[in-house]
Amino acid sequence: MRDVGVLGIGQTPVGEHWDRSLRDLAVDAARAALEEAGLDRVDAVYVGNMASGILCGQENLATLVADAAGLLPAEAVKIEAACASGGAAVRAGFQVVAGGLHERVLVIGVEKMTDRLTDGVTAALATAADADYEAAHGASFVALNALLMRRYLDERRVGREAFAPFAILAHANAAKNPQALFRQPITAAQFAASPAVAEPITVLDSAGICDGAAALVLAPVEECRRRASGARRPAAVRIASSASVTDTLALGDRRDPLVWESVAGSARRALKDAGVSLKDLDFYEPHDAFTIVTALSLEACGFADRFAAVDLAREGRFDAGGDLPICTLGGLKGRGHPVGASGTYQFVEAVLQLRGTAGEAQVPGARVGMTQSVGGSGSVALTHVLEAV
Amino acid sequence: MELPRFHRLQAPYYRLEGSRCKGCDRRQFPPRRVCPGCGSRDLTTQRFSGRATLYAATRVTQAPRGHGSLVPYAVALVRLEEGPLVTAQLTDVGDETLPAGLPLEMVTRKIRDAEEHGLIVYGYKFRPRLEESKESKRP
Repeated sequence: MRDVGVLGIGQTPVGEHWDRSLRDLAVDAARAALEEAGLDRVDAVYVGNMASGILCGQENLATLVADAAGLLPAEAVKIEAACASGGAAVRAGFQVVAGGLHERVLVIGVEKMTDRLTDGVTAALATAADADYEAAHGASFVALNALLMRRYLDERRVGREAFAPFAILAHANAAKNPQALFRQPITAAQFAASPAVAEPITVLDSAGICDGAAALVLAPVEECRRRASGARRPAAVRIASSASVTDTLALGDRRDPLVWESVAGSARRALKDAGVSLKDLDFYEPHDAFTIVTALSLEACGFADRFAAVDLAREGRFDAGGDLPICTLGGLKGRGHPVGASGTYQFVEAVLQLRGTAGEAQVPGARVGMTQSVGGSGSVALTHVLEAV
Repeated sequence: MELPRFHRLQAPYYRLEGSRCKGCDRRQFPPRRVCPGCGSRDLTTQRFSGRATLYAATRVTQAPRGHGSLVPYAVALVRLEEGPLVTAQLTDVGDETLPAGLPLEMVTRKIRDAEEHGLIVYGYKFRPRLEESKESKRP
């Protein structure tokens, strides 16, 4: 296997892009990444997207993107793993470059959600769960996460305010990210007063509906190193490891729904393959679609003992400047969660941190970081470790 | 819901039929073709009693398309007496936060809005278990 690096990155601001279509968003992010990489062509295009068929009536999406971005006749395929589609697309690109099948590939995560009314988006997101035995019974994606949060609150014997620090830190960090959806800080009082979507989950526990696209060009790390060697050029970034692990689709089939085995397994494997431990990480980008997901992810990865993530969060351990900064550019909650694009946004943001170009949100001296993309309610997890080289 | 799909789901939806592994005796709902416990493909039908307890519940205020007329409605994870944990709606409950462990029983109810082609989907929901009458206590 060859070492794989990131040759270029590009992103659109996350928002409600009434004037930009699915293809416009993808092309804008793709061209930005290609321009940074100094390329006109790539060997393949992997598009991470969850629900373009339902949300936009468009499948065969990767061919459309390759066509619209002027990249024909490159191989192009859509990669779908629900909300983890972006992470899965990165892994697809990583695999073919590592394996020597291609030299340069473009990975794009894109989702256009705002063409649909809320009930349509809610129905589309519910397809991440079991269609016959969860979604058909009215269990929205929020509802499934609400069941987990309710159980967590019961077993841990705390009130929902215990989750406030996760939302507060995400918004605080998003305020420092010009591409973020929610650039205004929130307070504990606002969190407490937030209206329920599916109790105990409220609006401020949840990442919002939005549009966006983020892209990266992957190539053998030697090429990235050569590009980065000039004076004042930022460091090259290597993908140190990539791991994907699945768990049951339906929540009820888990031995313990509050223990996310997919997250634990993919984090363990990614850390082992990268040859680093949790303590070596300078930052972590979790899949914080809901505050409960952040807590379960931190616990499953081993950053916190069971039911202790909320305590560490209260102590500020995950804030900017804490032991382990998370959601450094706002996370899914603050930057926004255009579902199939979130995994690639995380990746683009990790590259900014490792290059030392994250601006106000920069984690000082960041050398090693981890990103994680979760699909369904913990049914699939993709974890990547990245390092500056 | 599409008519053929609903047709296929009638046994689990109406009778709470799942599967039992002949190899390791694991009981599963919904039914499986491969036992997730031991990998055996030798499974038989298992009909569940419908007696259950509450694992966790939520109240949905923002419904997916197809469930709008029921809003707000309660969705729960319920632990069947025989072991499996099942996602289902609750019925005959109010606004109160329901305690984990609450005894429940299965009932058959309309589970989503009628669709354009007129199909009304019925299936299992769970309600707080009613006091048992003398008759149902008889062995």
